[in-house]
Amino acid sequence: MQNEEICLMKGNEAIAHAAVRYGVDGYFGYPITPQSEILETLEALMPWQTTGMVVLQAESEVAAINMVYGGASTGKAVMTSSSSPGVSLKQEGISYIAAGELPALIINCMRGGPGLGTIQPSQADYFQAVKGGGHGDYRLIVLAPASVQEMADFVGLGFDLAFKYRNPVMMLADGVVGQMMEKVVLPPARPRRTDAEIAEQCPWAVTGRRKGEAPHVMTTLELDPQKMELNNLRLQQTYRRIAENEVRFEEFMTDDAEWLVVAFGCVARICQKAIEEARANGVKVGLLRPITLWPFPEKEIARLSRQVKGILVVELNAGQMIEDVRLSLDERVPVRHFGRTGGIVMDPDEVSVALTSLINEINL
Amino acid sequence: MTPEQLAKIKAEGTVVAAKPRLLNDNTMHYCPGCSHGVVHKLVAEVIDEMDAENIAIGIAPVGCAVMAYNYIDVDWIEAAHGRAPAVATAVKRLNPSRLVFTYQGDGDLAAIGTAETLHAANRGENIAIIFINNGIYGMTGGQMAPTTLEGMVTATTPYGRDVELNGYPLNITPLLAQLPGTAYVTRQSVDTAAAVRKAKKAIRKAFENSLKGLGTSVVEVVSTCSSGWKLSPAKSNEWMRENMLTLYPLGDLKDAAKDLPKNK
Repeated sequence: MQNEEICLMKGNEAIAHAAVRYGVDGYFGYPITPQSEILETLEALMPWQTTGMVVLQAESEVAAINMVYGGASTGKAVMTSSSSPGVSLKQEGISYIAAGELPALIINCMRGGPGLGTIQPSQADYFQAVKGGGHGDYRLIVLAPASVQEMADFVGLGFDLAFKYRNPVMMLADGVVGQMMEKVVLPPARPRRTDAEIAEQCPWAVTGRRKGEAPHVMTTLELDPQKMELNNLRLQQTYRRIAENEVRFEEFMTDDAEWLVVAFGCVARICQKAIEEARANGVKVGLLRPITLWPFPEKEIARLSRQVKGILVVELNAGQMIEDVRLSLDERVPVRHFGRTGGIVMDPDEVSVALTSLINEINL
Repeated sequence: MTPEQLAKIKAEGTVVAAKPRLLNDNTMHYCPGCSHGVVHKLVAEVIDEMDAENIAIGIAPVGCAVMAYNYIDVDWIEAAHGRAPAVATAVKRLNPSRLVFTYQGDGDLAAIGTAETLHAANRGENIAIIFINNGIYGMTGGQMAPTTLEGMVTATTPYGRDVELNGYPLNITPLLAQLPGTAYVTRQSVDTAAAVRKAKKAIRKAFENSLKGLGTSVVEVVSTCSSGWKLSPAKSNEWMRENMLTLYPLGDLKDAAKDLPKNK
């Protein structure tokens, strides 16, 4: 049994190590930049020799997500990872996993789009992750890591939430947190669940007909609209429970803030630098970093909208999360957007300029 | 037969054939003359005879057999269209002691799911694939399938399949037989009592291979679709024998256990 361990590594590598240590049963993936280190690291770790974890390079993103659907149907803790164009390919399978009320972890290490785009970092898949992505009325729990530490931690958190609610979880990372190296404390290793533990935890699992029980069937087909509506209502009930209990965010210098910056992932760290500089000049700015993008920290934004004079939303896209910020307001304060797209990452000075522009607009 | 007559036969112990125990009483949605009902019966019988109901996991397709789980009382997973071999791959790798099989039609296996089929077989996944080939999309109303014969009229080839417009019928089973990952590849039919017995043996061998870990087994069943072909059940069998079996001849294409030539 490995204990907690301090390492220097890339975010993608941290995910692989954390997965083995958490006791994940299976990983199914397909190479795509900037996240291929997840599959590469897992293949190098050969966890099938230690924990018994299955690692498989699939023939496509489509196959990989359907392997996740199959594995999750048997109650196993299974995951996949990809980057933007590959995650688009996975949407069909993600919709089935959500419809099947199956626990699974899907990682999107975002790169610039649309189309084949670029291999540089981006946050342009916010809408896709948070608003659905595939067909039908469903939600993913979406976690947005901002550090290599969170890349490691959110593997365990992701699976815990996925099994608690029987709902797929997406870790919406980006090329920055995937590729950068930082100090990380890897969690202590624990064994995979036994078949008996899975049977107890997942009484719904499809593992071969249990003696004296009716067959278990994992299907997302229901031709009777009355029953299909009930299925949908059950999903919505789950989503309400998640929204009530699982909102996560981090605040920085918001106590006395007159101005608010909202940013997620690596961008929050860039904004933090700009905020420190503004504070040094006597401008009272604070930061709200949503950690769950769905459920979104609506109440916190609503509360802060009563406190601040203006809000700046900073993203690596043309304006996506800003819509959720606007929907969350309690007071009609001005909300402005600053973003870079196509794989360009802003520097703190650019955020400072955008912030000054907002302040001038309101104060003049 | 009246219930009294049936009770008498049972009491006398002279029953020679009965509905398999694992085939339930739900009314099948299949059309009269369709081969699915017979193949369902064989799958249920084989699982029962292998005493495998507690370890069998079936992967259902999208197509006419989408609700196979309504009829055969084992555990099932209903896959997205064409993805059954990928689903089966993970199920078997994560649960190696299980008997894992897919049940797929020609559109599912040889059109939208060609990549999943080919790669699962090429990896030699220890799964059995039951492949129903009736040369047409039954569920959606009789459109062209990858295995539709040249000149065959369907809803989307109303003047007959024209190879210049629509390409050639895809004879996928010999392709699968060439892959080193496949252990057993065979083509069967269920149009006569003798054929049904042979098809049952083939399914049994494929299922046993899954448990023995010999690699992928493929049992193609050249089948009828009376509704799609717009023929009576009896005529469908005749038409199948006269037309389908020319391009899709019956027999074993590969049996690694017997060490047959790989590409017969």
